[in-house]
Amino acid sequence: MRKKILALMVIFTIISILVTGCKKSNTIKIGAIMSTSGPVSTYGIHTRDAMQMAINEINAKGGILGKQVELIVEDDEKNPEKTMNALIKLVTKDKVVAVLGGLTSDCTLAITREAQQRNVLLFTPTSTNDTVTDAGDLIFRSCFKDSFQGSVVARFAIETLNAKKAAILYDMNNDYSNGLTRAFQETFEDLGGTVVATESYAGGDKDFNAQITKIKAAEPEVLFIPDYYNTISLVIKQVSNQGLNVTMLGGDGWDELTGQAGDEAIGSYFSNHYSPDADDPDVIEFVKKYREKYKVTPNALAALGYDGAYILLEAIERAGSTDPNKVKEALMETDRKFVTGHIQFDEHHDPIKSVTMLRIIKGADGKLATEYVGMVNP
Amino acid sequence: MGVIQQILQQTLNGLALGGIYALLALGYTMVYGIVKLINFAHGDILMLGAFAGYFVLNYFGVTPGTLVLSFIISMPVCAIIGILIEKICYKPLRDSPRINALITAIGVSLFLENGARVLPVIGPNPRVFPTLPSVTHNLFGLGISRVQILVFIITIGLMIILNYIVNYTKIGRAMRAVSFDQGASSLMGINVDRVISFTFALGSALAAAAGILFASSYPQVEPYMGIMPGLKAFIAAVMGGIGSIPGAMLGGFILGVAETLTKGFISSQLADAFAFGFLIIILVVKPTGILGKPVGEKV
Repeated sequence: MRKKILALMVIFTIISILVTGCKKSNTIKIGAIMSTSGPVSTYGIHTRDAMQMAINEINAKGGILGKQVELIVEDDEKNPEKTMNALIKLVTKDKVVAVLGGLTSDCTLAITREAQQRNVLLFTPTSTNDTVTDAGDLIFRSCFKDSFQGSVVARFAIETLNAKKAAILYDMNNDYSNGLTRAFQETFEDLGGTVVATESYAGGDKDFNAQITKIKAAEPEVLFIPDYYNTISLVIKQVSNQGLNVTMLGGDGWDELTGQAGDEAIGSYFSNHYSPDADDPDVIEFVKKYREKYKVTPNALAALGYDGAYILLEAIERAGSTDPNKVKEALMETDRKFVTGHIQFDEHHDPIKSVTMLRIIKGADGKLATEYVGMVNP
Repeated sequence: MGVIQQILQQTLNGLALGGIYALLALGYTMVYGIVKLINFAHGDILMLGAFAGYFVLNYFGVTPGTLVLSFIISMPVCAIIGILIEKICYKPLRDSPRINALITAIGVSLFLENGARVLPVIGPNPRVFPTLPSVTHNLFGLGISRVQILVFIITIGLMIILNYIVNYTKIGRAMRAVSFDQGASSLMGINVDRVISFTFALGSALAAAAGILFASSYPQVEPYMGIMPGLKAFIAAVMGGIGSIPGAMLGGFILGVAETLTKGFISSQLADAFAFGFLIIILVVKPTGILGKPVGEKV
């Protein structure tokens, strides 16, 4: 019996090696690590779909380097360990030429070193933490940085909302939340404001009543909560339950909050990468195509994913090869207008982009919606 | 807001949180009392209860009436799931070493979490739990939200009912007897299997109620939502003295208040460290927990 099982296992192994080893493809494989399930699944799904849309468009025009492009998507559930597994799988098994991702900063930070060491080009369209591109010369991003985003929100609080006292509630275990908190606090204090309370929680917490009671006692005028929409919807509910009346502010992680939060969110402001209502012709065309294909309005990360796929594939075409070092140089030559703005990389592989401020309002259909407030250039 | 008022407000917040822990801790402690098993899948019953409530409220819309209905439907559903889990997973292991049952309990927990993830009606992504609009009442200068009032009423009501069942009914007496000596009560004509099933049903129904209260307070449901409250409730049960029903209630409230006061006055980063440190101190001073009975060493 034992021998039989052993023999079966050997046969199975041989077959699986043969099956996987024989595949020789004529496509260019691009990997993508997106959190298509878990707490930020809406981001992952939209970004994945937008990337696929971009790649379909490129394939319809004949692909790049004369080959069709294939997007291989791995889900990391917004868990940095799983991001690492996904990267290793994409690189060793699928042999992708470059990786788009990860989605959130903590996940991307988990793999930047590994990607650099394995000589893989890692291009994140969406991770805003300042340190993401520090790991080496093969790491790129095509969105703005948190230090800029946080300072814009702080400036907005002081100059537009005339706030003097701010409170911050942030996730101490999250790189994104920490980075934004630091940037907001520095700018807010530089401009003459006071941060009267800085409270934190650990990722996954659901009870914020204690922190909110404490913040209420400090009597702030604005409350900055840099986290992703799922946590924010819980925080906002408890802020209103505790009877705390402040203007709430957030970053690009608030995108999609309108589908999650209740009426308590009305009147809050957040910064974002683009507004789907903008009258820019590129935006209008992108939103129209995306709506036709997927029947929903694309969020900001979708626009970033769409741009990211285009930027990367155009660079591969320009480089004339899939060698990461050549693609890297070609990426540095990027200089044109995309959906989310004009892209040109600085020596740190970060682009210089503008921040859009949005306000949450009650839409005509009774649901929450966003309203364009203004745009801030660096 | 004065310091005294802040302390009172934080204690109130803590009691509301602790009430949910206490309801869940009761399930741990009752099952342990009867079959000497730490049922690690108990937190996931909270998740299933919350989802049952979610479906009811989504289907009928949120009114105070449907909220009551969600309890009426969710509690029996989870009671049946509890009985099934016991019959399928724990009963065949009743005579094997205790560690086997413990590992099975962890397996059941993982099965429920990941089963819920792949089940199309539940799925891996968080959903918004429908709630009544938030209203805050003023109670002697303290803010108390409608959800918190609901938590207090349901928790205390269920505890009174449970106390009645355990102390004043026939099945309750049988439960106490089985907990005291399983072999002897079987000889006295008590149907031990039925008592164990009943205990699981009772514990799971309480977990379902805790699930709806938890989801109403923190309006989000997802497959992993039961892990943290499950762990905290387990701690509460141990702190109060595992096997003791009043101990579990007390433990739950103490843990909730300790956690909230630490967040409010010491540091929000250290809340869990303090709550668990508190547990260690209690266990060092009184190894059987606050209300646990000392167990004589059998030689």
